[in-house]
Amino acid sequence: MFSAEQSCWFVRKVICWRAVASIAWAVLLLPPITAVFVLLSRFSLLHPIQSVSECLSFLTSASAIFSFILLCGVIIMVGFLNLEYYTVIPTIACSKIALLGQLLHPRQFVNSLAHCIMGIIVAWCCAIAIGGRYETIAYPCTPGDGADSSHQMCLNELHFILLLAGAFVGLSHSMLGVIYNMNYVPFLTVQQYKYLRFKGSLPSLVKCSATQALYSVRNYIVVYFFLGYIPKAWICKTLNLHLNSSVHPLDSIAGLLDLNLLYQLWVSAGFLLLTWHVTLLLFRIFVTEVYSFPVQSSFTEDAHQCLPKVITGKQPMILKFLALQDLALLSQHSPLRRSEVFSLSQPGGHPHNWNAISKECLSLLNDLTQRLIAYHDTVATNGRAKSLPTGSERKTSSETSSTEDLMSPRPTFLMKTPASVFARSIVGTSQSPLTAPFTSPDPDSPFASPALRRLTAPADPWFGTVQSPHVMRRLPKLWSTPTDSQVNGSPPASPSSVPSPKQEPSKPSLLAQFLQNRKEQLPEASSQALFADSQAHIWALEGLTYLVQASFSEDQFGVVQTALPSILGCMLVLQEAVDRHFKLPHASSKPVRSASSLGDSTHKTLRFALRATLKTAIYRITTTFGSHLSAVQMSAEHRKRLQQFLENKE
Amino acid sequence: MCSLALFPAPLPAGQSTLCESNNELLSGGGSTEDRLKQESSPLSLYFPRESLKLHCRTESSSKAAFLDHSETLWMRSAAAWRDGGFTGLLDEITNSNTEVPKWMSVSSGFTLALIRWFSSFHGSLFPHLTMSSEDMLAEFSQVLNWSDCVVRAFAWHPHADKFALALLDDSIKIYNPKSATTPTLKHRLQKSVAAVQWKPLCASALAVACQNCLLVWHVDPCSLSTRPSSGCAQVLSQPGHSPITSISWSPSGSLLVSASPMDTAMMVWDVAAESCVPLQRVGGGGVTFLSWSPDGSHVLASTPSALFRVWETRMWTCERWPCVKGRCQSGCWSPDGSRLLFTVQGEAVIYALTFTDSPAGVPSCTSKGPQAASVVADLSETTFNTPGGDIIVGGEIQSLAWDSAGERLAVLLKGDPQEADRPAVIAVFKTRTNPVFELLPCGFVQGEAGAEARLIQFSPNFQHGALLTVCWSTGRITHVPFYFLSAGVPHFGLGGSPSLPRPQERPADFNQSLFTELAS
Repeated sequence: MFSAEQSCWFVRKVICWRAVASIAWAVLLLPPITAVFVLLSRFSLLHPIQSVSECLSFLTSASAIFSFILLCGVIIMVGFLNLEYYTVIPTIACSKIALLGQLLHPRQFVNSLAHCIMGIIVAWCCAIAIGGRYETIAYPCTPGDGADSSHQMCLNELHFILLLAGAFVGLSHSMLGVIYNMNYVPFLTVQQYKYLRFKGSLPSLVKCSATQALYSVRNYIVVYFFLGYIPKAWICKTLNLHLNSSVHPLDSIAGLLDLNLLYQLWVSAGFLLLTWHVTLLLFRIFVTEVYSFPVQSSFTEDAHQCLPKVITGKQPMILKFLALQDLALLSQHSPLRRSEVFSLSQPGGHPHNWNAISKECLSLLNDLTQRLIAYHDTVATNGRAKSLPTGSERKTSSETSSTEDLMSPRPTFLMKTPASVFARSIVGTSQSPLTAPFTSPDPDSPFASPALRRLTAPADPWFGTVQSPHVMRRLPKLWSTPTDSQVNGSPPASPSSVPSPKQEPSKPSLLAQFLQNRKEQLPEASSQALFADSQAHIWALEGLTYLVQASFSEDQFGVVQTALPSILGCMLVLQEAVDRHFKLPHASSKPVRSASSLGDSTHKTLRFALRATLKTAIYRITTTFGSHLSAVQMSAEHRKRLQQFLENKE
Repeated sequence: MCSLALFPAPLPAGQSTLCESNNELLSGGGSTEDRLKQESSPLSLYFPRESLKLHCRTESSSKAAFLDHSETLWMRSAAAWRDGGFTGLLDEITNSNTEVPKWMSVSSGFTLALIRWFSSFHGSLFPHLTMSSEDMLAEFSQVLNWSDCVVRAFAWHPHADKFALALLDDSIKIYNPKSATTPTLKHRLQKSVAAVQWKPLCASALAVACQNCLLVWHVDPCSLSTRPSSGCAQVLSQPGHSPITSISWSPSGSLLVSASPMDTAMMVWDVAAESCVPLQRVGGGGVTFLSWSPDGSHVLASTPSALFRVWETRMWTCERWPCVKGRCQSGCWSPDGSRLLFTVQGEAVIYALTFTDSPAGVPSCTSKGPQAASVVADLSETTFNTPGGDIIVGGEIQSLAWDSAGERLAVLLKGDPQEADRPAVIAVFKTRTNPVFELLPCGFVQGEAGAEARLIQFSPNFQHGALLTVCWSTGRITHVPFYFLSAGVPHFGLGGSPSLPRPQERPADFNQSLFTELAS
């Protein structure tokens, strides 16, 4: 994926440099954070001055500098992983089992492993920094018997527990990253300078790192209490170390009630998370910074870098998003660049810029409308009777080339989410308790035609005797991870669950029942997934309507006027589709606020933002043009809807 | 500079202002047909104080009505933590010294004393922090004598002919002359409403600044329900950001800013996503009043100290404007967003700041603003000789309101509550912004005998001139139309249409002594 994007000039020239700058800043911020950590871990209330001077002497020692270099390496690695794994469209798991699939995905596994190893490295550096009894993994001791005085090396469990804690926190950070979509890069509505944005979010970052470290350490201690003996025995065997029986083992209640140990674990975990979160935050801030594309260029070789060209591109996603963001801002704030959009081409006198931009925005909005209508149809017919024929065709096509689009005319763009949505809506909601009694046609009723029965049967792979190849095809859909999982990752564990409905048709196996239960959950997620990329639509709406508003006084050649009917029609249709979508159960329920996690939750509320923006956008046009709109050609139904807006009744 | 001495003398007691027509203010006596005429208009409302069901007791005093129930220390501590936070917990532990170990009560008492000492030190820097939240709302509200006012907040809808008003009993009513239903909004969290404002470019959303949170109501204009459920309200709250004294929507309807004198950060809300971005600036000790310029480019944010800020909204950087005397009490923007008028507590003058647009298209880091504010009007005390005796008018200014065409400026003068013969009055100026800025006297707007103006606001879409809505101390709401020919029809747009020369309506005899930018 990355190598494919590499070819794009934008990734090479802008995104990579932004990532490098963010990593450089993270490395520059490392010394003060480390100094604070050393101070916190070595400070003693009884000898304040002495401990401060000890800290200073440690910070200048050789071992400190070596571990600092290691930490820098870790930060660079984290920054690289951020660049490799970031996404502007969140991947939303529509069921718990899909989430599990995401967690076990090979790509995610590599990420988790890397974080685990880096956690161990950071924890080792922490152990060096804390010093004292934590510093080494082995120490000379006399065997417990006391009979022979020959010295042996014993395992320093304090050091060992710290290293394992690093691994655990790294792993849980990576896992939580999947659950909370931490690799999602949100774009803020309020533009601020990078320094001010960083300064503004630093306090919440520190707080969230500290709380998350607390929870991680709590979980870690529970795990270590029960399972700590396994790695301990393993490391003793590998390194040929002994256990000192005169010291309390740490996987006991008495051993774990060491307050100093708990404190050091918490501070180390907080330090680890803080440095990683700072790197992530800087990466987000740098990557989402506004990039100003030229609207038109006088040189033909730069034409591919101009806004009208860039905005129509499909890959990479970040380029498209930044272009749309720039469009929204220029249409709002800069009259000079707006005039370039409205200008005519020099020989020929065609409004190429405006045409390209408006066409792209409209196709984005139409795309969303189509998606909403299709989703609504599948839900309304309960995924069976009406839309299943297309649905099953869709499945095969999406299985064979899963980047191929199903509904929308624009194939590659925005493919990820609809696939998972439809998978959920067809497979998952087929037995949703809210709609099932009303709309599901009973396949065994005498009124159901055999054709219908045949069609409805595959919708539920656990129902009856199914000999359809669709079952085999559909199963990976359960995982509903986007494209990549089905392309390069063999869907893990799913073939094992296939035979169960065939062997015992009347009685589904326990595993199947369990799976069935799991996938009924997260009702709101399908709605979230449907709007996962709606930030692009919001910008398209804003950009388009601000341009239309400005055209009222700035458009000298009337280039916008010709497009006004189609813009209004497109927005009204979308408005209707959005209104219909919000009447569905769960669509308008608010997500639970998750405080104290860095994972941004803006993707959960994108549908509300889109609804509000859409309404505002239509009002922007109606208040600007007022009664002039009655001269615009449109269907009677649209005119009726528009009249509602003109009378301020929506 | 324009001063009150140029104004026509105020009306004798018992007369009230009806409207402006043919360039002069018409008044009506206390005669019944005049009053009937004014009251027959559907939007004139009257809320007698007696009709409102007020909370006769505050919640803390209702505790005394119940028998004292002895709870365990744990329960009480938890309750104290919930109600009063950390200091409440410490207070509880200190007070129950018979049940807790001695070292604990002593240490918590010591900590409490330390916190109080520290906060008193902090409070001496920013005296407003020691006020109770009710007092703070009354102090910083744009409404005169807020705590005793029947109508506590008022807002016209920016596009439709309807308005919302918040009453003393914490309910909000929405009036629409075209509809028979007047929805009443009540919510558990809707207490001490300091400000309401309709969302621009939206028919239904109304933001309400409450004591502890911000509510955004979605009132369907077609709904026939008179009591929308509290499910129609979004609750936006942020720890430490209360009480909220001022809110302002961006004219494009996308963002909402809120301010609290207790919080040094002002919040920029993305209401649909319920997320906020705090914009923190420590100087000043809080934010009291916000006003978004009609073109959306600047936000005025005043603080409790002698300092206010003007934010530009593209990259959210700010200019600091230290005042000499007191805090900035009120401010308003000209319709094109290029000029800010503001008043300072303790001074009886109106200042003006002019913002010129940065070169088009070039995003400048800070908009190049003016170097100093200029005084455009002097409203110090002036004595008028009338047949009924001398009348003294003038003094400190409570609030400013500018109509959406930029032709009339209403100024609410505080008066002196101690002296009966110096009530609050409204002085109205005629203004011009093009080609040069001018202020000309228009007259005083007075109500019926015994009524003092509390709150003023211009209607944003009145076709025949300007419509000033006044809420009086008696609980009456009246609308005073100013009929004049305006060249600039209210225009919602980014650049603004090419402006035509305004019809001249300047009285010839005042010409030489009036304020113009060229003369000063």
